[in-house]
Amino acid sequence: MSTQALPAAPTSGRDHLDARHDRLFKGAVTLVAIFVLFSLAGAALSMLWGGRDVLASQGLSFFYSSDWDPVAGQYGALVPIYGTVVTALIAMLISIPVSFGIAFFLTEIAPRWLRTPVGTAIELLAGIPSIIYGMWGFFVLMPMMREDIIPWMTDNLGPLPVVGTLFQGAPIGAGMLTSGLVLAIMVIPFISSTMREVFLTVPGRLKESAYALGSTRWEVVWDIVLPYTRSAVIGGIFLGLGRALGETMAVAFVIGNSVQFTASLLEPSTTIAALIANDFGEATPEYRSALLLLGFVLFLVTFVVLAIARYMLMKLSQREGT
Amino acid sequence: MNAAASISPATRRLYRRRNLINSVAIALGCAAALFGLAFLGWILWTLLSKGLAGIDWALFSQDQPPPLEAGGLRNAFVGSIMICGLGVLIGTPLGIAAGTWLAEYGHRRKLGTVVRFVNDILLSAPSIVLGLFVYAVFVMALSKGQFSGLAGAVALAFIVLPVVVRTTDEMLRLVPVQMREAALSLGVPQWKVIVQVLYRSALPGIVTGVLLALARISGETAPLLFTAFGNGYLSFDVSSEMAAVPLVMYQFAGSPFDNWVQIAWGGALVLTLFVLAVSLAARFILLRNKVGHD
Repeated sequence: MSTQALPAAPTSGRDHLDARHDRLFKGAVTLVAIFVLFSLAGAALSMLWGGRDVLASQGLSFFYSSDWDPVAGQYGALVPIYGTVVTALIAMLISIPVSFGIAFFLTEIAPRWLRTPVGTAIELLAGIPSIIYGMWGFFVLMPMMREDIIPWMTDNLGPLPVVGTLFQGAPIGAGMLTSGLVLAIMVIPFISSTMREVFLTVPGRLKESAYALGSTRWEVVWDIVLPYTRSAVIGGIFLGLGRALGETMAVAFVIGNSVQFTASLLEPSTTIAALIANDFGEATPEYRSALLLLGFVLFLVTFVVLAIARYMLMKLSQREGT
Repeated sequence: MNAAASISPATRRLYRRRNLINSVAIALGCAAALFGLAFLGWILWTLLSKGLAGIDWALFSQDQPPPLEAGGLRNAFVGSIMICGLGVLIGTPLGIAAGTWLAEYGHRRKLGTVVRFVNDILLSAPSIVLGLFVYAVFVMALSKGQFSGLAGAVALAFIVLPVVVRTTDEMLRLVPVQMREAALSLGVPQWKVIVQVLYRSALPGIVTGVLLALARISGETAPLLFTAFGNGYLSFDVSSEMAAVPLVMYQFAGSPFDNWVQIAWGGALVLTLFVLAVSLAARFILLRNKVGHD
């Protein structure tokens, strides 16, 4: 813009000026792009740096000890790590089939006039803040679990061999099962809208050929659509998994916040994110350092999951390009 | 299916089995859709029925109260508006710049692929991790442990950044190459082509990205816990602790006091309506733009 205000300079001078401005502009935007590149590495390294005290004092036992006692200076993160993985797995177990069903419904079953409004509604629901899901879980789901579902489970599933240990314990309502349920409800709109979007990229002539040969709708989805979009569907599932692993607020309300190890899905436990959110405010500097290290662990886990997700999604868009 | 008598029994059995599987799958698909929508409808219903009772004039005109006293969320609304506004102001220009580099300079380079990949990871990284990052760098190292609204804004800016980078990148690449060539052939320097021609064409898309980012950060709680921290009083000072609606909701909803819970639901309803309105507006702008491009 400043060049407009300049007096008419000889062309060569103007060219030099333009070239300099071009270089400046390019340099500035390149700098910001590199900033984006380093912010991810910065996030990881800063948490590792913040947690160096605890890492030094606890060593590797931080990752496998289940003894989390900030007062005694003992930090073993097995319970939150286990809780994070288990709640996310429960959430995936429920949300993957349901999301696939919704995507199937929205792309093949539903009448055409219903597809866009329902699809849009689900996409909008994916944007609702997670704290709302947490509050719903706390005020609606938890009392239900406490009064009806958990007593039923301890009576009917508790005595079973092997899996029985998962379903024993006092009916408190807070626990990994409740958290997994809330997480599932939260990621369903997310995964199903990704799946729907991916299903829509399948060329119409492929599906039409299959229908013309007499395939049923299910056969079209299972044998044509799913193989074509497999990598992207897996990518979408992993994106949802990444969200479930790192979710804080939906879980913090209903997990119960107990760092005692329990095999039961029905008793209070904790996850990495919930533990950080709950304890950070009142933590001593040393405890904060442990929480930062815990954040680093969460970062590593989600990074791997998200990297796989992006790689899988990229594969589909490459095929679209060719 | 049952057309000719010449179909052998084995084929008929196969047809019947295929039809059966298809019907079961369709029934399950419908059930899944109903299941998902029922839960989501249930959540919205809870939100409406509990939230409407919490919305009155006091919610906007009074600050957050001590337990068992009347009050509202004015300080939290002010805090949220300031933190989110600042977050968008910091994140947007950076995001546009990085997106411009991706679309115009780094498009075919290896570094471009890497930056795009990292940006995608950042886009779905857990927000609590970004909050801890800003706590470690901004609060602990730079401000000697002083929590501040500005730190909260920086944390939210890291959520805005990847969203804006992505949309800017995508929207700029949608601009026809002929437009760039026409402008360049007139002797316009490249930066001017980008700023005065390409941005103008990509503007609705970029605005959509910024609105989507705003919808996302206005409900964020976790990153603010370690940065803005929360503040029980009305404050306009971004260099000290600041309240935010989700933070107060987190504190109030888990409390045993009825009036606090009531206020939390009121805040939840206002927040959700705001988020839905902003995302609808974003969709509307994108839709109108799409029509214009054809």
